[in-house]
Amino acid sequence: MNAMAPVGAPSLPTAVDYRVYHDTQIFAAEQRNIFKGRTWCYLGLEAEIPNAGDFRATHLGETPVVLVRGQEGKLHAWVNRCAHKGATVCRSLRGNQADGAFVCVYHQWAYDSEGTLVGVPFRRGMKGVGGYEKDFDLASHSLEKLRVESYKGMVFGTFSADIESLDDFLGPVMRKYIDRVFQRPIKVLGYSRQYMAGNWKLYSENSRDSYHGGLLHLFYPTFGIYRQSQDSAGELAEQGFHNVFTVSKPKGDIDYGSFGDEANREMQGSAKLQDERLLQFRPEIEDDVGLHIQSLFPSVVLQQIQNTLATRQIVTHGVDKTELVWTYFGYADDDEETTRHRLRNLNLVGPSGLISMEDGEAVELCQQGTVGAEGKHSFIEMGGDDVRGYYAPMGMDENAVRGFWKGYLSLMGDALAVSAEASA
Amino acid sequence: MSLVEPVLQGLVDSLNAAYGLCLDDDRLEEWPEFFVDDCLYQVIARENVDNGLPAAVMYCDSKGMLVDRVVALRRANVFPEHFSRHLISRAVLTGIDGDTVSAEASYALLQTRNDGETRIYNAGKYVDRLLIKDGVAKLVSRMCVYDTHRIATLLATPI
Repeated sequence: MNAMAPVGAPSLPTAVDYRVYHDTQIFAAEQRNIFKGRTWCYLGLEAEIPNAGDFRATHLGETPVVLVRGQEGKLHAWVNRCAHKGATVCRSLRGNQADGAFVCVYHQWAYDSEGTLVGVPFRRGMKGVGGYEKDFDLASHSLEKLRVESYKGMVFGTFSADIESLDDFLGPVMRKYIDRVFQRPIKVLGYSRQYMAGNWKLYSENSRDSYHGGLLHLFYPTFGIYRQSQDSAGELAEQGFHNVFTVSKPKGDIDYGSFGDEANREMQGSAKLQDERLLQFRPEIEDDVGLHIQSLFPSVVLQQIQNTLATRQIVTHGVDKTELVWTYFGYADDDEETTRHRLRNLNLVGPSGLISMEDGEAVELCQQGTVGAEGKHSFIEMGGDDVRGYYAPMGMDENAVRGFWKGYLSLMGDALAVSAEASA
Repeated sequence: MSLVEPVLQGLVDSLNAAYGLCLDDDRLEEWPEFFVDDCLYQVIARENVDNGLPAAVMYCDSKGMLVDRVVALRRANVFPEHFSRHLISRAVLTGIDGDTVSAEASYALLQTRNDGETRIYNAGKYVDRLLIKDGVAKLVSRMCVYDTHRIATLLATPI
């Protein structure tokens, strides 16, 4: 249609009511329909909890969850909320509980690594006074347990009893790209956490938006290292809401100094990088892809940019509070020099990333700009108004953003309309 | 360990005070000059340091890389307009080896954006090695270990 949607019109993948970024009812419906609904949410990496008893505090949407490696090596996840009074049970970000006993400090209710209640103090009272009834059943007062599945070391959880397997949820296209990054065992290099005063969907759109790359992130053009001749492609999963972008490294030798020759005028920077090691790329997967950004709905981005490898977990703390947890990793067989190279490359990404820091600002600008704009719509028709499974070259389109909204709207169903009516 | 060396103490504290003001006065182009050429500057989460993990949000292992950071910040990067204000404690000298001094100091970095509110943006400590030459201290390495592991929006200006 290529015109702005009329005020108050229902959201479409090409035109989304700005209300979705601000409405607390919609946020609550998202927690029910999406995060606790028929999706698999990323919880962490197996490499973070290699040993029996290792745990890591994480989130599913806004819900605090603990991911644990059980005594037999199995993965478990449970809501971090005591079945007694709702207190937070596990108070550390990570650690090891060798005996598998997670004890709530309030009244010392004790749970095993699976989240099953195994002990309650004064269960029978004292000297015949107090305590619980004889039929008090420990197991039925356990922590709320999630289904947990792992693909190539990426661990996901779901509250849904009837959702398809994780493999099917990801689908063959997404699995193929996950395989590429997790081609061999990994080791975690560390974390950073970025807290944005913006809605989680603004970040989800951002990570799927190939259009902004060379326009918002001016690092490459400023240093005259933007090159248009790189092969690129975008692929979507069947549902529309997972996507992946890949950009191949320039053909021939990587001579960043020559990049300016191909840049158009606006992209021709005059600054020169003093230390080009920052950008050095050492292909280590047999396909020459230098950039791989994969957004797995609803809560994680998997990336390889040059030799940086990371997951970015999206934690939804509120309509305008989104935390991005970056987990950086390398391969388990990296030597010290390779690790140092990755650390140098890491300057490109993360909250201080020379080609990524702007995303935090873009999210906040959209949040601030859409205040009071309920009923008005965004315009998402770059490169068409449809959702295609494959788009190449990518970069001049918003295909994957439309894919996100297609999947999102399908999961939300009537919840958006109900919210619009309630506030009308 | 805390060493009592009044002259060195003065040199290190003077460097820290000048370093903080340099950044706060937005004289970023002068900032690399606090370092020797073959330097290492890192901004790293305390949770990583405590767990023996090396990933830093800024990792510059040459003065050239510091210059690149400044040029990128001036000409390429997009971030909220802000003022920085460093409050840096007196340094604790932790070791002396020839002309090299190890020192640590706590910092609080306040940030004021266009809304006018001043927030505690980042708190942590500097873990430094300094070269003392001709009565001047220069940083061989500075590791900014930050407690504030939730970075608000983004981190553009060095700490």
